[in-house]
Amino acid sequence: MSARPDRVRRRAPGIASAVLAIALNTFREAVRDRVLYLLLAFALILIGVSRLLSLLTVGSEEKIIKDVGLAAISIFGVLTAVFVGVSLVFKEIERRTVYTLLANPVRRWQFVSGKFAGLLAVLSLNVVLMFLGLAIILAIRGESTWALLPAVLLILVELGIITAFALLFSSLTNPILAAVWTFAVYVAGHLSWSLKLLKGKVPEGLSQWLCDLLYWLLPHLEHLNVKAEVVHGQPISLGSVGLAVLYGTSYALAVLVLACVAFERKDFN
Amino acid sequence: MSGSEAAAPVVRLAGLRKSFRGHLGIGRTVAVESVDLQIGAGQVFGLLGPNGAGKTTIMKMMLGLLRPDRGEVRLFGEPPSAPSARARLGYLPENPYFYDYLRADEFLDFYGRLQGIPKEERREIVRDTLRRVGLEGSEATALRKFSKGMIQRLGLAQAIQHDPELVILDEPMSGLDPIGRREVRDLILGLKRAGKTVFFSSHILQDAELICDRVAILDKGRLRAVGRLHEMMSETVRWFEVSFRGQLPAGDDLERLSSEGEDHLLRVADIASLTRVLDSLQRSGGQVLSIWPRKDTLEDLFLREVGYLTAGEVRR
Repeated sequence: MSARPDRVRRRAPGIASAVLAIALNTFREAVRDRVLYLLLAFALILIGVSRLLSLLTVGSEEKIIKDVGLAAISIFGVLTAVFVGVSLVFKEIERRTVYTLLANPVRRWQFVSGKFAGLLAVLSLNVVLMFLGLAIILAIRGESTWALLPAVLLILVELGIITAFALLFSSLTNPILAAVWTFAVYVAGHLSWSLKLLKGKVPEGLSQWLCDLLYWLLPHLEHLNVKAEVVHGQPISLGSVGLAVLYGTSYALAVLVLACVAFERKDFN
Repeated sequence: MSGSEAAAPVVRLAGLRKSFRGHLGIGRTVAVESVDLQIGAGQVFGLLGPNGAGKTTIMKMMLGLLRPDRGEVRLFGEPPSAPSARARLGYLPENPYFYDYLRADEFLDFYGRLQGIPKEERREIVRDTLRRVGLEGSEATALRKFSKGMIQRLGLAQAIQHDPELVILDEPMSGLDPIGRREVRDLILGLKRAGKTVFFSSHILQDAELICDRVAILDKGRLRAVGRLHEMMSETVRWFEVSFRGQLPAGDDLERLSSEGEDHLLRVADIASLTRVLDSLQRSGGQVLSIWPRKDTLEDLFLREVGYLTAGEVRR
């Protein structure tokens, strides 16, 4: 091993440069992970099987294919967001790669944001591939898929929220608990509308206050669910989709900020 | 410590304390207590201590990975949370593990980006650094195929490729064979010649003895001794060990340490006894194989500071 004359310029990388570098590395890690392909293969098989399901059920075959296809994109997207999201941060800490990474002129929020961006890129690629699978099956039957795009876009926004929660929880606790909590938020987020109904049925006081608190804290994921509308051909205004996207991205960014704060305060024992 | 070191220390640790929650969150265990250190530019500084002494905890506080309960860390006069301070350092953790899905060149390129090395220079620097650490030809090899020693070299590569002023190495010799250890020693001395400051931890005292300007001995989280090696260790010869072939000389001041056939190893108390032994051997036609004047070693100092030897005692 030999010494080298001083000639490298030292400077902290630009804010976007560090985030991009970490995002690219995260993307690389995920696409080189076999688990991702397993999930993707399952989703594509399910989308393929939807053609068979449609033969066994009464009703419009196209609607069944669209319904099962969109559900597969959503469910496998969420599974990827939770498992890959939680494991990506945990692995960095467990294997101590985060030590050398943060010893560089990288801020902790840049690390979390880079992880978020990289995982979102992976999820987007996944969703596009699954959507292409669905589009091919529908195209064979002479069906257009354009009408499904608002639903797919909102699935992506929902995945953004889930990914941000996965990063937040994995900054706070172990991967198993982080995965359980993220799933809990996903399920509760789809049922958050029922808290209004529940509030009317519980006694006044603390219970009602808790219902209100949860209602305002939890993401309203049903606002991002227009699968039934697009499958059944009901009209959706561009404005309502835009509003849902704005709501979802704002919510995801807020959770991402919390994840950055949690990570900022973390001690690496 | 000299005046210039005090004026512009590269590393300054003042009153550092760190404790961790105990088992099941009950109580607290103090890992590091009242650590004060200043390290000037261009020094090779060795932090020595047994396992669990708190060496890694101190290094993590220096890097901002752990927050001290009390006290402060300053690198180049700035806290470690400042990216501008971290831009000037390189770090190798103990038993490093890196992204095994990356190739060696992809790995160094990724770190080069984080270290702010311009894109147009990265490819050449990566190739050059791999050559410096003896990994030339491994550019396209996936890290999952690297041996432990190769990973250690690659870790060193990421720590030095951006030419940092301060290099922090946690047990850099661990996992290396004797040749690898020698190469790391040479690399550290090369960094010193280039004016860099090296802060490293080790429990291999021989390495520290060969390359350090100053050392600190840490035990149970507290600094037991800090200083320049020659100031800390006595130059006095404590006894002589004489290895010879022939007849054993008589005398109360001689202690036979081992014998095998006609070969003997004697412990001789002082120079007068040594002269007498040599005279006796010459008369009886014996053959002297070696004479070793036994001085204080870093190991003696270390063992005394961690309480294994009593004051004034030396290891036999």
